[in-house]
Amino acid sequence: MTLAAILLMGLATYACRGGGYWLFRQISPSPRVRAVLAYIPGTLFVSYVVPAIVHGGLQPAVGAAVTLGVMIVTRNLVAAMVSGVGAAWIVWSLH
Amino acid sequence: MTAPVTFTLAAVLRGARKGLPVLAGVTPFAVVCGIASQGAGMSLGEAGMMSGVVYAGASQLVGLGIWAHPPPLLSVTLAALVVNLRLALMGPVLAPLLDRMRGWRLWASLFFMTDQSWAMSVTDMNEGGRDVGFLFGSGFSMWVVWVLGTLAGYVLGARIQPPPGHPLFFAALAVFVSLLAGMWRGRQDVLPWLVAAAASTLAAQLMPGTFWYIVIGALAGSIVGGWRDGRRT
Repeated sequence: MTLAAILLMGLATYACRGGGYWLFRQISPSPRVRAVLAYIPGTLFVSYVVPAIVHGGLQPAVGAAVTLGVMIVTRNLVAAMVSGVGAAWIVWSLH
Repeated sequence: MTAPVTFTLAAVLRGARKGLPVLAGVTPFAVVCGIASQGAGMSLGEAGMMSGVVYAGASQLVGLGIWAHPPPLLSVTLAALVVNLRLALMGPVLAPLLDRMRGWRLWASLFFMTDQSWAMSVTDMNEGGRDVGFLFGSGFSMWVVWVLGTLAGYVLGARIQPPPGHPLFFAALAVFVSLLAGMWRGRQDVLPWLVAAAASTLAAQLMPGTFWYIVIGALAGSIVGGWRDGRRT
């Protein structure tokens, strides 16, 4: 079953990678649809992060705030991740 | 009017070389994926296979977040589809080059396409690049590092055996938060992002233990954004 799940996820992902190009070659979507699709990446990540923080308590809240702050200042993925996890670790060890 | 589109080894190597700095940012992400795979109860082979076959970190982490034994097939498939929908919008941008390619060179280049290698390839194309090998090379070198990083993370996770709630698992969320910062395009994002935050939080409350809140939040936010933009024009 794990194998099936991995293969299905792979198929779904390739349907996006290859299928998106294939589909757009066949049809050209309306400007309205394009406008909606352009908002998907940001709103998707917001929808993943915000509930996890709201329902996760202090550790993810502090960690996320530090990660976001460092990312905005340095624009460095590694630095943001390391400081965020470090902050979450401090909160965790205080409990 | 335009030069012919090619697929040369030289461009494959050039893409791999240009992608080197990106690999430094990808490696920790891959290690986190490996730790999460180990935490979800996969074998080392399954963890490596997932990274090799799916090769899309954000969707792998979302999938691993809702993983169980046996895995919820429909949920993880839909999660991969929804999280990777953005990839469907990236391929068409490279159409001026890809439309001239046929066979495995086209479809393999699309398989290895990532956010980063796509961005580099668009830049290369806009600077006059006419070789799809660049997209293939930058994506393929990332794939190798991605699979190796996942395996390393798995071994690390097995060594330290972090308990649930351990801050190491927060690293997965930290990746999303960092990537989110790069997705900010300006004031037009305020309303869609607020709608997404409210809708997803509410949905998570009403449907605990499922992943639907991600889809509901993303659709609610982006439909409101697209609808508002449509009214303005």
